[in-house]
Amino acid sequence: MTENTQMNDANDTVLEVRGLSVDFPSRHGAVPAIQNVSFDLRLGQTTCFVGESGSGKSVTARAVMNIVEPAVIRSGAINLVDLKAGQKLELAGLDPDGVEIRAVRGARIAMIFQEPMSSLSPVHTIGEQIIEAILLHQDVDAAEARDIAIEALRDVKISDPELAVDKYPFEYSGGMRQRAMIAMALGCKPDILIADEPTTALDVTTQAEILRLLRGLQESRRMAMMFITHDMGVVAEIADQVVVMLHGNVVESGDVDSLFYAPKHAYTKKLLKAALGLNHAAARSRTSEDTEALIQTRNLSLTFSGGSRKKGAGIKALDQVSVDLHRGEILGIVGESGSGKTTLARVLMGRFQPQSGEATYKTRAGKTVDLTNAASFRDRQVYRELRMIFQDPYGSLNPRMTIEQIIGEPLLVNGIAKGEALRKRVGALLERVGLPASMMERYPHAFSGGQRQRIGIARAIALEPQVIIADEATSALDGSIRAQILDLLLDLRDELGLSILFIAHDIGVVRYFCDRVAVMHKGQVVETGTAIQICDDPQEPYTQRLISAVPVPDPRKRHLTTATATR
Amino acid sequence: MWAYIVRRIITMILTLLALSVVVFIVIQLPPGDFVTSYIASLSASGETVDQETIAILRERYKLDSPVLVQYLSWLMQLLQGNLGYSFELQKSVSEIFSQRIGISLAVELTAVVFMWAIAVPIGVYSAVNQYSLGDYAFTILGFLGLAIPNFLFALVLMYVCYNWFGITITGLFSTEFMNERWSVARFLDFASHVWAPILVISTAGAAQLVRVLRANLLDELNKPYVLTARAKGLPKRRVIWRYPVRVAMNPLISTVGWVLPTVISSSFVTAIVLNLPTLSPILLRSLLSQDMYLAGALILFMGVLTLVGTLISDLLLAWIDPRIRLGMVGAK
Repeated sequence: MTENTQMNDANDTVLEVRGLSVDFPSRHGAVPAIQNVSFDLRLGQTTCFVGESGSGKSVTARAVMNIVEPAVIRSGAINLVDLKAGQKLELAGLDPDGVEIRAVRGARIAMIFQEPMSSLSPVHTIGEQIIEAILLHQDVDAAEARDIAIEALRDVKISDPELAVDKYPFEYSGGMRQRAMIAMALGCKPDILIADEPTTALDVTTQAEILRLLRGLQESRRMAMMFITHDMGVVAEIADQVVVMLHGNVVESGDVDSLFYAPKHAYTKKLLKAALGLNHAAARSRTSEDTEALIQTRNLSLTFSGGSRKKGAGIKALDQVSVDLHRGEILGIVGESGSGKTTLARVLMGRFQPQSGEATYKTRAGKTVDLTNAASFRDRQVYRELRMIFQDPYGSLNPRMTIEQIIGEPLLVNGIAKGEALRKRVGALLERVGLPASMMERYPHAFSGGQRQRIGIARAIALEPQVIIADEATSALDGSIRAQILDLLLDLRDELGLSILFIAHDIGVVRYFCDRVAVMHKGQVVETGTAIQICDDPQEPYTQRLISAVPVPDPRKRHLTTATATR
Repeated sequence: MWAYIVRRIITMILTLLALSVVVFIVIQLPPGDFVTSYIASLSASGETVDQETIAILRERYKLDSPVLVQYLSWLMQLLQGNLGYSFELQKSVSEIFSQRIGISLAVELTAVVFMWAIAVPIGVYSAVNQYSLGDYAFTILGFLGLAIPNFLFALVLMYVCYNWFGITITGLFSTEFMNERWSVARFLDFASHVWAPILVISTAGAAQLVRVLRANLLDELNKPYVLTARAKGLPKRRVIWRYPVRVAMNPLISTVGWVLPTVISSSFVTAIVLNLPTLSPILLRSLLSQDMYLAGALILFMGVLTLVGTLISDLLLAWIDPRIRLGMVGAK
């Protein structure tokens, strides 16, 4: 950190933002998106922007690039400083599609985004997309541009860049795509890199790699980095300066150490508390010592045939998986994407049938049902007692159905209630998950991510199930909203006597929420134990690696990026 | 890739065989057979029919044999290139085809190309400038294009041309060129006539394409990769044509498969109104007069067009979209 404080030299300031305000035009007049935002970016420094979704972080980033349509920059100045020439270029007043701002975009300020899949064109190769930017800003021919692109891919540590350059984004893994995205942004050696939640969609281990990569590149090239995130752990790991935003305003800014150790604004304190809360949760006393297994799997194995590209080499999605879900407990299934967690859930829901092994479920009536047999699901009894909550609160609610129809559907198709009785049930369920019953006539788009997830929960508990399978149910939510949803699930568990199979890639959540945890890796369960034991005293090397990849919300305990921090 | 095409062609042949069965059944559906209906229509007009001719005809088409034998003989004839005989027009079906198929395809293909040429720019404009004055204007025009029946538009056009400009726009040739060989003069005459049917046939189709493209493109314009492309510093116009438009074209390209048969079968009223020597009026006449071999051959021909069109559109999709191309290799 001491190195960083030396850098607070005014001569290094490459971007000065002063009094920036952006409005969204609407029929009822302009709605401010951000108001009076001021900050500086300095070469060799990372400035993190934190705040919940809707706080204006992304709008601020786009305003720096002057791509805010349909919004408009109402007032303020964005001065891009050319340190060598000692000149300033004011960006806010430029024509958003003019020559001057286009010469800045991609060349002096580059940007990377949250969703590495949808941020790359699906119909062009990675190479075409990188080369396009190089040809646009540098005076080179196509062959030279290709060499520069390959070099850029090598810099972001993509193996075999000569081959990778001709691949399409969908042939890359999530982490690889984000690396390609970074290569594209850095192809023209910009002074400023804007990273808009670049690791939010990634696993903890991949996130750690990307953070390390960004930190390393930023230091070796002495770039200024504007890093947007809602994860205080990531902030602590990577920031030199922090800007906290709330409702479109900057509420606090300063260097990372003083912000974490001497926060001034109440909102900053709240964010820190929420972040620490999850990571320092004390071991919860287990509410149930019942060891009767509701769901029991023994040596489940499932291999997907790998198509024809790799003949015979199928993907082992599940390999001898044995887990128990006891009555009244919350069992966390943790692992990276591709570890088989979701496949396990789908086997339990009868979506896939395993090639070998057993999976049984004990119904409320005391009958044991074989979950590996597709016929067991036909009478819908299992589906009545085994419900799911999904990851994506946007994709899992039909946008053309009202909330009443969405929550009422399981009740209706199972012939439990209809008409006025159904309305009453739906109203009660909505109130149970903390939403006013009067909202049932609205459509999903009227709700925020957290509210939608509450609706998903209401739909899941509508049939008074025994077991809920929550597949990454909180992964798409911001910190404090995530904590609220987890608390809601804990309350419901106690009240309705639920057992929850909680699939997650976020260890921090698991520690707070789960009783026991099974860690999955490449289709196998590598370790099982109580949540506290797994988090504090992991035995297996893989679990240790997974735990150590979690960013700690304390800038004095940086461990992910320190390896490259020595200059 | 080649293996894929060969596989597709084999399935196409099988599909055509199945289609020929259906077509044959349709031919056999009306009570009696075509010879009896032919005799009936002749005697209705007071002519007598020579028993010998009847016998020859019955023998030729094996009308007294079981249905399966009849089908096989018809199929054999088809495979040898003998499409049968049209009773109403007193010509062999192949002769009718050779007279009309070139003109028909020329008119209809030009109409399709024209349809795309006007639909794509308008669709892109409407999506990019959503809710602008131009978008509203094109939307209204588009709905008019969809709502007005083609033949009505053709009639209005004929009226306007004749009353205000004194030109007739029916037919595809002036009388003096009707039976001439192709020459520059005949082509110019053709060009001076053909614009009217092309305009009429393409407007409704174009209106539909505009709506589809506009809706697709509106979805694509908000995708993050568009922002990425702009953040590279590309001009907005190039961003739009290079990225979202390319992705939004997919559903349009998949319509290539049935656009030709649809144009042929839906343009017959227009063709009759404008007196066009294309295949579509013949199709209508043959169906009305139960001129079965002609109808059967036409329906089969449209089946071939659909299958070939689908293959072309699939290949085009694979060419334009790597996700499909690479998936196809995997599926093989």
